[in-house]
Amino acid sequence: MTEPVLSIKNLVVEFPFHDEVFTAVNGVSFDIMPGEVVGVVGESGAGKSMTGSAVIGLIEPPGHIASGEIRLKGERIDNLPEEQKAKLRGKRIGMVFQDPLTSLNPLYTVGRQLTETIRAHLPLNEAQARQKAIDLLVEAGIPKAAERIDSYPHQFSGGMRQRVVIALAIAAGPELIIADEPTSALDVSVQAQIIKVLKKLCSNHGAAVMLITHDMGVIAQTADRMVVMHHGKVVETGTVGDIIRRPREPYTVKLIESIPTIVRQEGAVLPSAAANDDKAYVQVKSLVRDFEIGGGSFTKLLPGKTELFRAVNEVSFTINKGETFGLVGESGSGKSTCAKMIVGLVRPTSGQILVDGHDIWAGGKGHQERRKRVQMIFQDPYASLNPRWRVRDIIAEPMRTLGIARNRTEVEHRVAALLTKVRLDPGVMRKFPHEFSGGQRQRIAIARALSSQPEFIVCDEPTSALDVSVQAQVLDLMRALQEEFGLTYLLISHNLAVVRQMSNAVGVLHNGVLVEKGPTDQIFDNPQADYTRMLLDAVPDISKVA
Amino acid sequence: MLAFIARRLAQSVVVMLVVAFIAFLVFRYVGDPVSSMLGQDSTMADHEALRERLGLNEPFYVQFYHFVTNALQGQFGISYRLQQPVSQLIMERLPATIELAFASSIIALVLGVGLGIYTALRQRTFGTGVIMTLSLIGVSLPTFLIGIGLIYIFAVELKWLPSFGRGQVVDLGWWRTGLLTESGLRSLILPAITLSLFQLTLIMRLVRAEMLEVLRTDYIRFAKARGLSQRAINFGHALRNTMVPVITITGLQLGSVIAFAIITETVFQWPGVGSLFVNSVAVVDVPVMAAYLVFVALVFVVINLIVDILYFIVDPRLRDGAKSGR
Repeated sequence: MTEPVLSIKNLVVEFPFHDEVFTAVNGVSFDIMPGEVVGVVGESGAGKSMTGSAVIGLIEPPGHIASGEIRLKGERIDNLPEEQKAKLRGKRIGMVFQDPLTSLNPLYTVGRQLTETIRAHLPLNEAQARQKAIDLLVEAGIPKAAERIDSYPHQFSGGMRQRVVIALAIAAGPELIIADEPTSALDVSVQAQIIKVLKKLCSNHGAAVMLITHDMGVIAQTADRMVVMHHGKVVETGTVGDIIRRPREPYTVKLIESIPTIVRQEGAVLPSAAANDDKAYVQVKSLVRDFEIGGGSFTKLLPGKTELFRAVNEVSFTINKGETFGLVGESGSGKSTCAKMIVGLVRPTSGQILVDGHDIWAGGKGHQERRKRVQMIFQDPYASLNPRWRVRDIIAEPMRTLGIARNRTEVEHRVAALLTKVRLDPGVMRKFPHEFSGGQRQRIAIARALSSQPEFIVCDEPTSALDVSVQAQVLDLMRALQEEFGLTYLLISHNLAVVRQMSNAVGVLHNGVLVEKGPTDQIFDNPQADYTRMLLDAVPDISKVA
Repeated sequence: MLAFIARRLAQSVVVMLVVAFIAFLVFRYVGDPVSSMLGQDSTMADHEALRERLGLNEPFYVQFYHFVTNALQGQFGISYRLQQPVSQLIMERLPATIELAFASSIIALVLGVGLGIYTALRQRTFGTGVIMTLSLIGVSLPTFLIGIGLIYIFAVELKWLPSFGRGQVVDLGWWRTGLLTESGLRSLILPAITLSLFQLTLIMRLVRAEMLEVLRTDYIRFAKARGLSQRAINFGHALRNTMVPVITITGLQLGSVIAFAIITETVFQWPGVGSLFVNSVAVVDVPVMAAYLVFVALVFVVINLIVDILYFIVDPRLRDGAKSGR
């Protein structure tokens, strides 16, 4: 039997705090064979990234490896002195980080960062290193690499930057690549390409891959074997097909069940009844939004020089009362701009938004109606709640400003009722947001949205900052509340599976244009537009596992 | 790049015009220049004649126009107190101030950046603790106290260095420098240290804070993961990113070193524009005050322009931003 590239045995990583020790990784063991792609999957806090950091020797102090061993090709590396560990990095173990926008130094050209990495490890002169850098970029699929090598990172798109990052990680020919959520910050269509590039480069250079991700779909398409982690421990190890089709441990079963899939499931909502456009509850008519680009305040004084960028172009759709419309698109498609116009945060350049027959941008009455009927749930529950306010005040604010409830006991009563509705204990109203987990915070955000008794809620990526199991709970809650209060949702998401399970109808937005809209099943099962088909094909889905 | 500088220049002109206007208002409306020039026992006819001669009877905008055109030629009128042209007074004293500011800026920059880097990289060491504690003292002690303390130790007790004045100066025709004589250099040491101490500690703490911030970023972690040497990471990648915000603050601080060296100049009786200003305020010498106001504004505008250009050189994102206008 061949020797594993990486062998981890009973690894324990601890973080000593003032009076207690937090064990981030607790007795983890697994092997990675040469040329193998091993997926490490788990929810946030499972210790998967920490395991990766331990292997490459980049645990942030005061964290440290408390016990166990890490062997690279049989050679023990966890107890090496720092200088020798540093020599392994890049040369024998490469790493790819999650966010390509922040992993490159913004002040140096891509070429400089590549050549310095190559020259740090290989005995090449400047010209040879540059040639190798160009070859690597070509291999990573960067068009016109020879010209673009002297560009700065900000001149590349997110997907291109991640290609550069992968080229950098592989530059010195390491035996092992640790990819920590390499595609989580990217759009679906780009994600698929990056996975391909990562796989291709690693197999070309004979590197094994430790792929750390929360996305089971990515693992299903990429990895040979997988390790499921939970609370710092390995729950289950096996081949990808085995674990997805026949999970043995209860945690794995639950994790797999909570992943939404783009295949129609039982319990998914029914397609909307024949949409009667003129009577629909929400009507968006030919919405257009232009942004000016070019020039600061000074050039604006000069006439006729402003260029316009049309972020949203003639978008029209309707939503029936009590139904959910899913708006799908990649970053830059204009979906968030649409949301902001509908909730009244950005003024449309032209077009109309009618909610229950009132034009919400008509001023006066329309404005008042909007404040009463329309609410919003934001993507990041860590950023959308005021950290200095107690939960009670956060939830009560819309009531107070709209004059729904003024006296103290009545407000507290309503807040308690809302907290119960979102399945939180009413006793938590005296706490501050930081005392809650991400899922709980999003429930608080939902309670806040409900507190003004709206009829229409715009949800901008409501679950994309959450773990899958939490996501499933939040989506369940949203569905239950919709039934109870007859809410109408506009669900904006890049996650096609979530949209499939939640929406009655779907619109697909691409570069500001609504390329396709219709009942959910029709869009997913029989897409007409090329772009929609491309999006659906690109989704990594566990149902696609071979 | 050129368009960017042109735009900044245009903005600078606007700023200077506004400041000139304020200086003009001060000059024209703070007290009556005529009565302060003629004194108590003058007749109404004298007043009227002087008014006419100074152009004070002309309309407001004509007077402002004259003020600006004169200022552009470096003429700010005649000092009430010293009966000399203001521009001449300032030019005589400017070299002293500039040499002092220059010396203290170099001390502040070299030591501030150096110590900032040292304390950021050697975070939990004894040396860092000592430097950080001392820096607190530097930030919190008022300048005059530091000046007096230094005078007491090095001039009065040890008698190593002179306690006041500029020492011997060499006249180069257009510039009288103290940098070429031994006594001039010796005289510069104490005031330069005094003036630099606050800036030094400020720059040091700023560099340290920024550097610690940068060392936590993803691209530094990635640089480590790529196996670059500590040296390349700290001085190649981290330092340059640290400099972007540091340049702004440092630029403005150096501006205030030149413009507001007043206290140090007073303590050391340094014959610079700061002490000229203090003496002028005492006797309401309005032309000098107005000229000083314009001068300080000019210093800040020029430094800001330099800072903007440096930003441009350091950060490639801005170069593109200016091109596409975003």
